[in-house]
Amino acid sequence: MSHSQASDKLMVELRDLNKWYGEFHVLKNINLEVKQGEKIVICGPSGSGKSTMIRCINHLEEHQKGDIVVSGIPLNEDIKNIEAIRKEVGMVFQHFNLFPHLTVLENCVLAPIWVKKMPRKEAEAQAMELLERVKIPDQALKYPGQLSGGQQQRVAIARSLCMNPDVMLFDEPTSALDPEMIKEVLDVMIELATEGMTMLCVTHEMGFAKTVADRVIFMDGGQIVEENEPHEFFNNPQHERTQLFLSQILQH
Amino acid sequence: MKYEIQPTLPPPASMVGVIGWMRKHLFNGPINSVATIVVGYFLISFLVPTIQWIFIDADWVGDSRDACTSGGACWVFINNRLDQFLYGFYPEAEHWRVQTAFILLIGSIIWLVMPQTPKKGLVAALLLVVYPVVAFFLLYGDIFGLETVETHLWGGLSLTLVLAVVGIVASLPLGILLALGRQSEMPIVKSVCVIFIEIWRGVPLITVLFMASVMLPLFFPEGMSFDKLLRALIGITLFQSAYMAEVIRGGLQAIPKGQYEAADALGLGYWQKMILIIMPQALKLMIPGIVNTFIALFKDTSLVLIIGLFDVLAIGQAANQDPKWIGYSTESYLFVALLFWVFCFSMSRYSQQLERQLHTGH
Repeated sequence: MSHSQASDKLMVELRDLNKWYGEFHVLKNINLEVKQGEKIVICGPSGSGKSTMIRCINHLEEHQKGDIVVSGIPLNEDIKNIEAIRKEVGMVFQHFNLFPHLTVLENCVLAPIWVKKMPRKEAEAQAMELLERVKIPDQALKYPGQLSGGQQQRVAIARSLCMNPDVMLFDEPTSALDPEMIKEVLDVMIELATEGMTMLCVTHEMGFAKTVADRVIFMDGGQIVEENEPHEFFNNPQHERTQLFLSQILQH
Repeated sequence: MKYEIQPTLPPPASMVGVIGWMRKHLFNGPINSVATIVVGYFLISFLVPTIQWIFIDADWVGDSRDACTSGGACWVFINNRLDQFLYGFYPEAEHWRVQTAFILLIGSIIWLVMPQTPKKGLVAALLLVVYPVVAFFLLYGDIFGLETVETHLWGGLSLTLVLAVVGIVASLPLGILLALGRQSEMPIVKSVCVIFIEIWRGVPLITVLFMASVMLPLFFPEGMSFDKLLRALIGITLFQSAYMAEVIRGGLQAIPKGQYEAADALGLGYWQKMILIIMPQALKLMIPGIVNTFIALFKDTSLVLIIGLFDVLAIGQAANQDPKWIGYSTESYLFVALLFWVFCFSMSRYSQQLERQLHTGH
């Protein structure tokens, strides 16, 4: 499937991105451009740097060399720029990271109220709308600890959407879920994709990649090995390393 | 195979009731039975005479030691000196001021403890911001025609409470700041906090109090004096805040990294992240540790007697020296112990209630 939602506006640009953990060179000369509305799926073996790469985009990880520009804002040491970028970038984590001492609704309205200075009423109305969209409005007053993993991850998606982001980052959003809960989360993500959200998604859900991705990126050893549209990527992988990886994850 | 519904039967008699309980917990096997009997014997032979001495044979009312004739505890002694135990040397005509301050304090604490009361935030803010000012002027006077009562006249339980409440209220926020500073990425802030914490933790409180009362005035210019109580309060607060900081640091370390990351990713600033996300969780985890520190602080206040402040224990000791009441020190120590125990036990119970109340199932 090819998607024509992408416009020409660049939402995320990574230029010659390099990162080290001490002596260890985790990211090597990463170059990536993501246009508005594009959906990118990033896969690769563990330790390949895929999570680290998307965590650099909202500065959860610091990069040492190269440039990152998000929504036209350059990511540098200036805390104002970092905060401006974080307002535009939503992130969904593998382990949900909901705030356990706050209810679902409070989780969702916290950032709009404190970061965007939105009036509480308005923030709550918007949060309920988004909880409706991820199909759990009836859980709004419960605490995260009372929900299943799939429900928690949907709340986490709603919480990110409450900031009305331009870009959504997903860091293995289904890896910590029981098998029967993966689908409910993927459904929400597919819906989000069809609505035109710009998405960067680290995942091994190849079905999801085939359905929604404009491009699939394969990383290994801190580098982008291969980048292609999904049909070509899965049916005609160019690199030996990609072929090996695909044969290992697709053979069951 | 034929299936039919079995009737529900009551459990066998040996499992229920007092007998069942005793069988299971006290007499399950020969060794336990012997242990139960031996321990029971010692308990009874200790408790019976103690209770007899404290309650049954005790004398309660009277004006002098002549009233103590029955051979039990002489509570007449405590009764006669109750004012001193509670108020120290605070002028009798002004006792109402201490009582008002105490009632305001207890009233607002009860307000905060009760689960159903509204406007807890407002009451807490009043208690933390307005109350200290009101209480100070109530106790010290020199305003609105209230007679000035110098702090060297303060004493007894009211002085103990002043020391403990000020110490608790001031050391918690200071401890939080120190704990955050110790985790800071800014090297100067971090080293200042580490040095502060390690110095205060490495020194006994007695040394701190001696320093505050004896050494400190030597450094002040001629003629400048600094209230002794205030010096002790500052010493206790700084000392306890170092301990508090370490307790809170433990709580901060228990918060998963993902919580920091989620707050960062949502665009919250440092203080928003700490105040809204991290601290509420860390403080909740640390309630037992924090209350433990509070209880230690409450009991440590009795050390001020070595610098000549008359807290409730010092008052008890002074009373023991009174020639008219020689020989009744057991009663006064027991009474002081009871007062300390009541306050410390209440704090402990409240912390358990708070833990249950704040539990959100994770």
